Amino acid sequence: MTVDRFLTFIRVFLVTMIVIGLLAFVWQQIDADNPFARWRNPGARGLTGDQFKGLLISGLSQGSMYGLIALGYSMVYGVLGFINFAHGEVFMVGAMTGFIASEKFNDNGMWESNFLLCLALIVLMAIFFSTSLAVLMERVAYRPLRNSPRLIPLITSIGVSFFIQNLVLGLFGPSTKSYPRLPEWLSKQRSILTFEIAGTRLMVLVVAAASMGVLWYIVERTKTGKAMRAVAEDKEIASLMGIDVNRTIVTTFAVGGAMAGVGGILWGLMFRSVTHMTGFLPGVKAFTAAVVGGIGNLGGAMAGGISLGSAESIAPLLILEPLGVPGVSQLKDAVAFTVLVLVLLFKPSGLFGERLSSEERA
Amino acid sequence: MSLLEIKDLKITFGGLDALSGLNFDINEGEIVSVIGPNGAGKTTFFNAISGLVAPSEGDIEFEGDSIVGLDPSTVTSLGIARTFQNVRLFPNMTVLENVMVAQHCRTRELIYGALLQTKAFKKEEREIRERAEEVLGFFGHRLIGYRLDQPAFALSYANRRRLEIARAMATQPRLLLLDEPVAGMNPIETAELTALIGRLRTEWGFTIVVIEHDMKVVKDVSDRVVVLDHGVPIAQGSYDEVSSDPNVIEAYLGRPVEAKA
Amino acid sequence: MSALVAPMPSSAIDQDWGKVLRWGLICGGTLIAICLVGMPVELDRRELIERYLSLGYVSVLLIPILIGRIAATQVVLEGFESRKQGLYDLVTGLMVGLLGGGCLSLLMLALDSWNLRDPLVNWSPKLFRFLTYENGMGFGAGAWIVTCGALSLAGAALHVVPAIVRRSTGTVVLSLLALSILEGAVDDLSEGFGLDWLTDLMYAKKGGLTLTSTIVVGAVIAVVSVLTSGRVKAATNRYRDMQGAERQKASMILFAVVAVLCIVLPMFLGKIMNELLANVGLFLLLALGLNIVVGLAGLLDLGYVAFFAVGGYTTAVLTSPNSPFFAPELHFGFALIFVVIFATIVGLLIGAPVIRMRGDYLAIVTLGFGEIIRLLFMSDWLGPYFGGAQGITNVPGVDLGFATVKGTDPRSVFYLVLFFCVIAIYVSWRLQASRLGRAWMAIREDEQVAEAMGINTVSAKLMAFVVGAVLAAFSGAVLAAKVGSVFPTSFMILISIIILVVVIVGGMGNIAGVMVGSFVLIGVLGGPKQPGLLQEFQNFKLLIYGMLLVFMMLKRPEGLVPSARRSRELHQEEFLQDAWLKGDKSDDDADDEDAVNVGDGGGEEE
Repeated sequence: MTVDRFLTFIRVFLVTMIVIGLLAFVWQQIDADNPFARWRNPGARGLTGDQFKGLLISGLSQGSMYGLIALGYSMVYGVLGFINFAHGEVFMVGAMTGFIASEKFNDNGMWESNFLLCLALIVLMAIFFSTSLAVLMERVAYRPLRNSPRLIPLITSIGVSFFIQNLVLGLFGPSTKSYPRLPEWLSKQRSILTFEIAGTRLMVLVVAAASMGVLWYIVERTKTGKAMRAVAEDKEIASLMGIDVNRTIVTTFAVGGAMAGVGGILWGLMFRSVTHMTGFLPGVKAFTAAVVGGIGNLGGAMAGGISLGSAESIAPLLILEPLGVPGVSQLKDAVAFTVLVLVLLFKPSGLFGERLSSEERA
Repeated sequence: MSLLEIKDLKITFGGLDALSGLNFDINEGEIVSVIGPNGAGKTTFFNAISGLVAPSEGDIEFEGDSIVGLDPSTVTSLGIARTFQNVRLFPNMTVLENVMVAQHCRTRELIYGALLQTKAFKKEEREIRERAEEVLGFFGHRLIGYRLDQPAFALSYANRRRLEIARAMATQPRLLLLDEPVAGMNPIETAELTALIGRLRTEWGFTIVVIEHDMKVVKDVSDRVVVLDHGVPIAQGSYDEVSSDPNVIEAYLGRPVEAKA
Repeated sequence: MSALVAPMPSSAIDQDWGKVLRWGLICGGTLIAICLVGMPVELDRRELIERYLSLGYVSVLLIPILIGRIAATQVVLEGFESRKQGLYDLVTGLMVGLLGGGCLSLLMLALDSWNLRDPLVNWSPKLFRFLTYENGMGFGAGAWIVTCGALSLAGAALHVVPAIVRRSTGTVVLSLLALSILEGAVDDLSEGFGLDWLTDLMYAKKGGLTLTSTIVVGAVIAVVSVLTSGRVKAATNRYRDMQGAERQKASMILFAVVAVLCIVLPMFLGKIMNELLANVGLFLLLALGLNIVVGLAGLLDLGYVAFFAVGGYTTAVLTSPNSPFFAPELHFGFALIFVVIFATIVGLLIGAPVIRMRGDYLAIVTLGFGEIIRLLFMSDWLGPYFGGAQGITNVPGVDLGFATVKGTDPRSVFYLVLFFCVIAIYVSWRLQASRLGRAWMAIREDEQVAEAMGINTVSAKLMAFVVGAVLAAFSGAVLAAKVGSVFPTSFMILISIIILVVVIVGGMGNIAGVMVGSFVLIGVLGGPKQPGLLQEFQNFKLLIYGMLLVFMMLKRPEGLVPSARRSRELHQEEFLQDAWLKGDKSDDDADDEDAVNVGDGGGEEE
């Protein structure tokens, strides 16, 4: 059929462009003044090894934050089968809480004198507020809609997201909020395995890995986790087996919210700025990451986040610039969405496979 | 020439054979019943013909051309219509609309006709409606009159089954696949529908394949019976031949006790 | 059926205290939130009744009334006979209000004791002064507790008083509010009709109704509403019950009235009102297009703004002399042909990859596309062709020979928009009742079965996508001609979402609903950048949009003016009950009995 032929054409076209871009990149690395580069990208100098590593590190750290948010999307989708569009706002509220608390700590000097305690406190507070928000959302907006047609909860969550964004705007104003500076011993550049890495990014990677570990433990090893998996498989049967479905769903939202809260703090510490819109793009990208990794699949969400983060950090320079596209850094977000489209075109169930109950797969 | 030819049809779901090595023909004007215990692969067989499931191996030929790999809508427009085991109507559309929409592949007016209200468009709309009423009229008074404008979800179970058959008829098929048409009906309704299936052939000229559990219906309607078990055809023939076949009895009732020991 | 009576409370004091506490806290929380987002202080500047009441106070005072009313709503379980409402419910309302007022007093105390200005931008002495009427803490706290209690009591009393009293007080309060809030519009309108003297009499010089006029107008409205009580409802009911030709005739008359109003009214309106109408029209056009995509075909397209952008940019490039790369300076009419072509192409390009996806994936992916298109228009890469962040300026107006449609003459813009809206309405109306419209319905209901019934779902859905795209592109083209320039920032994702709210609040799948939605939302609250009648709400309108969207989805998903089909879909059980009560089993079918029993299974089938 025509549409299929057209889709095949799109697939072939995209892959060809990527391959040409990569080849041009390689050629440019070998000889920056080759004919193709002279034609498309005259100023090209290629990337040094250090630059490449830098991109990789920034992609990884950003990606691991996407991963943390993606866990929430993935868990909720796995259990309830709808996209909680407002999950990005949960993340934003985490970052915002972190900002308010850390600024207060900074004002009375505790931030410098006892940084680790402050960090622990702001993480706890962010987790508290994000979790409460996620649970509240579920209770007020999503629970009454549990049996309604598919798109209704999605539209509701768009409304919730819009509402929270603008509530935060109203409460805290439109200005960009900056986190206080991190202590020198944490933020300084370190060199690990020949990678030059800023301490902050290292921290992000470590915390993300640790959170993932905790989550894995909860889902795979505890009774609550077992209940979650059962509810994800089939709510009705799970309730017949004596599982409190409502409670399990609330727990799912809470755990997702906590992860988003941690992600929010990490975001704040790394980029040091938060606004009421902070949740929107990372939220959409985290959902993208969840789809890329295979929705419902927790390991996949994390892996998807990391792949997406790396792709959007590396691909512009690796593929677009050798093709002669100017101002590639502006196209970072476009790259992320292109990755989503690519994955959905080639492997709609994500790189690592979906885990959904049969009713949600339809 | 036979209308539908199934050649070495094999369908696998994740290593499990739902159908393996199915071979048989359906001739023009025949009524064939497909029976077999639960999980024998009957519905999978229908899904394969109507294009909802892709066969792993083998071929399905309709009027001499392969229909494997075609979209369900293309298969329907070639002249194969079906009903579903678990009645799948468009619940919020009215009875009339359910049948009108099924004529999609037999009609052609698109945006321009509708916007300019061309003569051709109006004529086609009128024909669609007339045909829909004609098809619904086949079931007596049950689906016409005030019922035409009722949403499908408000119908009784038996009427939903009837409407589903009407909807399949409206696609103007040559081959009609009925998946458990009398399931959930009471004996009177069953008898009535059995008679209707016969009339579908004589009056409308359809070739019909029926999946059915009710042996009385099978006996009354079918020229030929195919028995499936675990995805394999174990017997074929007239109802009487099949019902006395030891393989069939075994498939339904299990092996005699002494054989097991 | 024997009447079961819900457990009766033994006395008015025997309250469900958990419920009271919950609603009280909700009331208090809402009040505090409203104060802290700065609504009252900002709206305080707008006088409604001269010297006595400002919009700011109204925004706060409405809360206890609403929540008191909701809290005192009786939950009637199926099969139980409802209890007669009385003193018990009044006490509930009162307690809820007192609690809410108490929360507000706590806020005042906090405002007085601490300075949290740092994170909370609206934590200000101004707010304190607003809340205490500049009369000190004690007075403020006492006054608010009493007021909230009284108002919440009034809200609860709405359940208790006879219907006629309820209806006429409601009408009086709402019309007075409307008259005072919509002062600008009323002024403008009366000027056009030469009735300035009336408005001069009604409104004070600095704005707001005068006290005398409030009383007089209120009394007049009260009398009128008592006299006409029930008539309006009866008329709508009569319309609803009409059948076939009679209904068609009534609809035609209604339509003709609306059409005449649309043509005649703008002639009497001033610039501001016409500007407003033009904006409403632009969004109505977008909403009608989205209604085809979402309401008829069931595709939740969140990147709808992309087509709006395509229309705007195509027009700008083809007509503006300032187009950076290619400036043929075509006439708007010629450009329109290319608008249709490009919208179709982009619609197909975006549509083809997403059309097979699950509904919710489609939403996110189209959102991504909407964002990509904006980023591309803004990027340095396509900057040489589309002007990047600077956009394209100097887009000429539409030269019609006898007149030129320009942004400086909003009336002409309105007529141009009206022209396109009529096209859009006609298209939606005709398609809905055609072969294609039925196919869309079937796809929305059950895609797999639709496919099995011979509908080529891919092409049907693509067609919906393209029709929607073309309508949105028309809107973009008019926008470019109206504003005289296009910028990437005019095409934010926000617009997609606002249009979605318009469609949903109005009534998905229903043309009249979408019209009502655009007038109410865009007209009163305003578009993303365009002010509505309530200009003071500029900073809060997105908050209200979000809240409305959630509220509608929870309480009335079929919208303000629902399409018959959609409300049936969302309330299948009620429909079946009604049918059963009407004794809808007239013929002799034995199986008709179970129409009701089996009925509720129908909707849940996949």
